Amino acid sequence: MDNVTTHGSVAHGHAHEHAHHEELGFWRKYVFSIDHKVIGIQYAFTGLLFLLFGFTLMMIMRWQMAYPGRPIPLIGAWLGQDRAPMGIMLPEFYNQLGAMHGTIMVFLGVVPLAVGGFGNFVMPLQIGAPDMAFPKLNMVSYWVYFLGGVTMLASFFPHGGAAQSGWTSYPPLAVIAPGQTMWLVGMIFLITSSLLGSVNFITTIVQLRAKGLSWMRLPFFVWAQLVTAFLLLLAFPPLEAAGVLQLMDRVAGTSFFMPSGLVISGKPMLISGNGNPLLWQHLFWFLAHPEVYVLILPAFGIISEIIANNTRKPLWGYKTLVYSVVFLGFMSFIVWAHHMFMTGMGTTMSAFFQTTTMIISIPSVIVLTSLLLSLWGASIRFNPPMLFALAFLPMFAIGGLTGLPLGLAPSDIHLHDTYYVIGHFHYVVAPGTIFALFGGVYYWFPKATGKKMNEMLGYVHFWGSFICINLVFMPMFIQGLGGMNRRMYDGGAQYAHNAGLLKWNLVIGFAAWGLGLLQIPFIINFFGSLKWGKAVDKNPWEATTLEWSAPSPPGHGNFLTDPVVYRGPYEYSVPGAARDFSPQFEA
Amino acid sequence: MEIPYIVETRADTGLNNVKLGIWLFLASEVMLFGALFSTYIILRVGAPEWPRGELSVIFGAANTIILISSSVTMVMAWASLKMHAWGKHRFYLLVTVGLALFFLVNKFFEYAEHVGKHEIPSYNTFFAIYYTLTGLHGLHIVGGIVVMLYFLGPGAKLAKKNPDQFTNRIEATGLYWHFVDLVWIFLFPVLYLL
Repeated sequence: MDNVTTHGSVAHGHAHEHAHHEELGFWRKYVFSIDHKVIGIQYAFTGLLFLLFGFTLMMIMRWQMAYPGRPIPLIGAWLGQDRAPMGIMLPEFYNQLGAMHGTIMVFLGVVPLAVGGFGNFVMPLQIGAPDMAFPKLNMVSYWVYFLGGVTMLASFFPHGGAAQSGWTSYPPLAVIAPGQTMWLVGMIFLITSSLLGSVNFITTIVQLRAKGLSWMRLPFFVWAQLVTAFLLLLAFPPLEAAGVLQLMDRVAGTSFFMPSGLVISGKPMLISGNGNPLLWQHLFWFLAHPEVYVLILPAFGIISEIIANNTRKPLWGYKTLVYSVVFLGFMSFIVWAHHMFMTGMGTTMSAFFQTTTMIISIPSVIVLTSLLLSLWGASIRFNPPMLFALAFLPMFAIGGLTGLPLGLAPSDIHLHDTYYVIGHFHYVVAPGTIFALFGGVYYWFPKATGKKMNEMLGYVHFWGSFICINLVFMPMFIQGLGGMNRRMYDGGAQYAHNAGLLKWNLVIGFAAWGLGLLQIPFIINFFGSLKWGKAVDKNPWEATTLEWSAPSPPGHGNFLTDPVVYRGPYEYSVPGAARDFSPQFEA
Repeated sequence: MEIPYIVETRADTGLNNVKLGIWLFLASEVMLFGALFSTYIILRVGAPEWPRGELSVIFGAANTIILISSSVTMVMAWASLKMHAWGKHRFYLLVTVGLALFFLVNKFFEYAEHVGKHEIPSYNTFFAIYYTLTGLHGLHIVGGIVVMLYFLGPGAKLAKKNPDQFTNRIEATGLYWHFVDLVWIFLFPVLYLL
């Protein structure tokens, strides 16, 4: 009946009676579910929608940068008088789009998809657990995240619009600009959701590993999720504290971040003063630098699974990968002020933080090198998930290596606040992390639905996105090195030194809209495959980790028999074995 | 499959799920209050002058004693459960709730006095951080009261069905309560005495 027993491999795996299968109603089964797989899919789907929405905001901004002052086509007329009169974007609205693009992509798109979605769905299956340790808490995490998302979306509608001080929300601007209060309330929801989620993830990984699944037999994806959860657990509370303080500044009129003698529009501010604007930046980046690793570590985990599976080889240096990712986690707490070289915090501070920043690049390079070396001598299967994983490697390399000049205080003087920075971190997160996430969707779609996604549409989606996304971000390095500042409402046209760089705004604009169109094959594929996709059995990729021993899709409680683990996670092409994969769950 | 280690401890980690979960949660709380205490230090060090003796030490000391007593009764509530003295457990838990409410009433009078003198958060940086720290701490007290009332009310049903799991829950509640107490033990000298 199932793979495990037909191979006669589970020595003492007695089949459990599945008598407790009382049918839940629609609401309990699909909406307020406590099953980690349903919650994972809810997270993933909501995250994908927010990615699409956040990207749409950027496509609107790109119109303004490519054609400053021209009416926005198609949707311009619908935006309203206080956003875009006659379809022409107002500077305030441009700022709202910028701040909300960043916030939505990071906190409502990538993290919920990478951690809430993949982490929730895949991690318990990979460790052989029946569910998360605290299923009700898991449901609460999702719904608090959902409330945070609704708050953020709703913030566009009140008078004055959404937050417009950038996703970093630096005071004093953020304290006096409209829209920020709802942003702060939304963030407090999102932070609470992350905290509950991370407690659940760590407890699950520590406590619910199946029999035989020792630490060094954990799939690398689980390690990545574990370190990510620790980052969320310990780095987010200081931002929650900072959010509360900024909320006090806005609502109760305190001056935590407001210096004395502040004059705004020619009028002195009637506040008690004595606050410290730099304090916000320290508290913010104490979260937001580990947050960078929250964005990248799950991506490392996903592509490790895909690469091991499609090279049909063990990962090169599994233990090195594990130690590197743990070291990355530690180091990520002491690099935050490299975002603040230009604030006048002093050369001693800068020297310290540029040193730690150079040190943290070492484990990142080790991870990348191990994954690259894993390809050596393999007969690679070039299916859609593998293409996304392979593309991740050079894209993340570009993103990571362009970060080094930013991490050194002297070169940062020239590069900071230019399009170079935008190019750098988008290479890490967009063609890096988001490509890994797409790879993960193609890879685990069969497990979640029992159907395989269409390969032809997958190739179109991959190659089109790969070309367009590089046309979007590569020119940003040219613009940035040329000195073009970020956050320019007119795309930088007001400065003479940008004259030669403005043509790239057109290239980036068209590439971004092309990238938008090329997500249509993915959307068609996603929904089409649910209906017309090729039905698959438990282990369509011939993979070795535990999730592939459960039915596709797994039922409530996940496994038909208690899983037992006999070996490491990536035993592919073991010499002398009958097949080129030796699953963890077979003796 | 059922979720394991809800009650029994896992051999290789020596923990049950609830205990690990509550400690992780407390770790995040340490970071939350740690950030706020750091804020206090940075603002105070950077201020040209810092007001002292603004708060009533009597009120603060009384509240310190009240909270420490409530920690003791919380331990008694848990220990009584371990000794299967159900009536005592409920008595001590109820006393803990009572002391927590007493703390809040005191805090209310303290706040009212300062607000009456127009010493509100926007008055100066000291009162800004005072209201923020004690307000957030007060919310944690309220959270604790809600949880304890739940275990006195509908949550108590679990004690009949699965007494060990119920005892674990009370233990976790106690750990949280001691943490809230501990935060106050830092708050009292920092805000009232120094």
